[in-house]
Amino acid sequence: MISKLHNAQLWQLILANARELLREPAVLFWGIAFPILMSLGLGIAFTKKKDVTVTIAVIGRNHLVHSKGDSASLIQSFLQINGALLKVAADGRLSRELYVPDERLGGTTYIFHDMSWKQAMVMLKRGNLNLVMDEAGGKLVYNFDPMNPDAQLTYLKLSKLMKDPERIIKPSETEIRPLKVTGTRYIDFLVPGLICMGVMMSSMWGVSYDIIEKRSKKLLRRMVATPMKRSNFLVALITVRISMNFVESSLLFLFACWAFHIGIQGSIPALLLFFTAGNIAFAGIAVFLSCNTAKTEIGNGLINLVSMPMMVLSGIFFSYHNFPAWSIPVIQKFPLTMMADGIRSIFIEGAGFGEIMLPTLIMLTIGVVFFTAGLKLFKWH
Amino acid sequence: MKEETVIQVKNVYKSFKSVHAVRGINLEILNGQFIALLGPNGAGKTTMVEMIEGIQKPDTGEILITGKPWKGNEKEFRMIIGLSLQETRFIDKLRVFETLKLFASFFGLGNVRCQEVMNLVGLEEKRQAYVVNLSGGQRQRLALGVALLNKPRILLLDEPTTGLDPQARREVWMILKKLKDEASTSLILTTHYMEEAEQLCDYIVIMDHGTILKEGTLKELLGKSSADIEKKEEYKGPPRNLDELFIELTGRHLNE
Repeated sequence: MISKLHNAQLWQLILANARELLREPAVLFWGIAFPILMSLGLGIAFTKKKDVTVTIAVIGRNHLVHSKGDSASLIQSFLQINGALLKVAADGRLSRELYVPDERLGGTTYIFHDMSWKQAMVMLKRGNLNLVMDEAGGKLVYNFDPMNPDAQLTYLKLSKLMKDPERIIKPSETEIRPLKVTGTRYIDFLVPGLICMGVMMSSMWGVSYDIIEKRSKKLLRRMVATPMKRSNFLVALITVRISMNFVESSLLFLFACWAFHIGIQGSIPALLLFFTAGNIAFAGIAVFLSCNTAKTEIGNGLINLVSMPMMVLSGIFFSYHNFPAWSIPVIQKFPLTMMADGIRSIFIEGAGFGEIMLPTLIMLTIGVVFFTAGLKLFKWH
Repeated sequence: MKEETVIQVKNVYKSFKSVHAVRGINLEILNGQFIALLGPNGAGKTTMVEMIEGIQKPDTGEILITGKPWKGNEKEFRMIIGLSLQETRFIDKLRVFETLKLFASFFGLGNVRCQEVMNLVGLEEKRQAYVVNLSGGQRQRLALGVALLNKPRILLLDEPTTGLDPQARREVWMILKKLKDEASTSLILTTHYMEEAEQLCDYIVIMDHGTILKEGTLKELLGKSSADIEKKEEYKGPPRNLDELFIELTGRHLNE
């Protein structure tokens, strides 16, 4: 019996695919190490609040130092009252530094640089600063892109300081209560998204690209010239890929548990079911994408055509609710959005079978429909 | 047994859009017979083999394997046909023995047959080597080994030695000669190397532009019929080899 199983073609196909996958070090890096490094980088960037430095361009040297005979400008008065440190660079340019401490949100160092409007525009275009200050007609002027959230934040913080520097409410007079509800941190939002993106990308490249490459190498044609059962080839490929996705996602989750103390608030069996359904959906899409072409360049384009919009729009790194209202119902129908929403609902909202049953059925249907269509159009040579 | 017909090709035509790849070919291959389809690139050899292999369907005409058509008999035919394609690449990160085991499993065969084939194609030393690390000749021997796993009654080899150095080519020929001695396999070999056809095959079909220009044993092909002699004003004697014959027939070299 064991010997029979050992020689069975499905088992040998599974073994061949697993060996091919595990013997490729790049696969292990991109599948396992890369998502972990990404979660580490983004997790650190968005969860630990550190002191920040904000650079502000000030047009006109007289705003930083007092010239004889001139009355102090608004900016100059503000800097002097707050004791901003005057610095002179080697090239003679002036700057003033003001540190505003904040134990809870992290302190902010404001660096006010003296520069011309032209210099300021160059720095702005390079992303070295996001706000330019000036005075005109006795008024303080803030120049910034209102669509840039960083510039908005700089403006809000600075304008609050500038309004009445003497009467500024000290940090000790206010209180911030950090939210301690599990699942509200950015990393809690990010990790389920990364898991789903990993499933999509590894299905696309691991199934689609693998099929196209084997077709271009005439290996599919060689295999199909034997009594090999055609469905066994695809079943083996998908089985190995889904198994690998389980391993990759588990390792990412375990790492996030250890490094960021994230947890699963909902039902674990429901999570397993939904995760499997998501894998089946993407495996079906991957088979469909690769059903007809033998050119890896076309395969490359097709995979990017499908995966890139979802990666950008499906709310993996930031909520898709930032997109225009009309687009949200469309975005919510993308398989990646559906999977990310479902996994997040189990991870951070405590969802169970009841909440994920409908999306599970939809994902399974997507997988079966695309797989069947792909198989019908499948070119073996 | 020896005289039984295993493949019959009856007035077969095949076109791809405006390209007429095969135009009215008739062939009969007997049990144990080694046949070469000799011709330059674009002669229609590969299309002919693909039709015999069941990958392409003729536009008109009929191909019978052991007296039966492909339709309805595919499973049976796949069990008795061995195949080596032009430029097949196996899975790079599988070892030689693992590759043989994978293909053996499609025929329900086990390790014993894999070992036999490994010895037959002389890859025992490379048993644990990854396919990606094999030389061109070793890869071609592996492809031949895979084709021989099921002890095929019909072996189709599409340019099995193209791109190989003379030594590697001779190694492949040695394996095929051994197979010929056993007389249980019929071989159709496409090639544009006249020595290959001369060395291995007992019947040679010269093709160009989808048609058969001439066919017969080497002796028959290199002899001149009196009708041929009469056609020429100045008869220069019979061709010394197949390339000369091909030049005589088409005005071109085989390798052009």
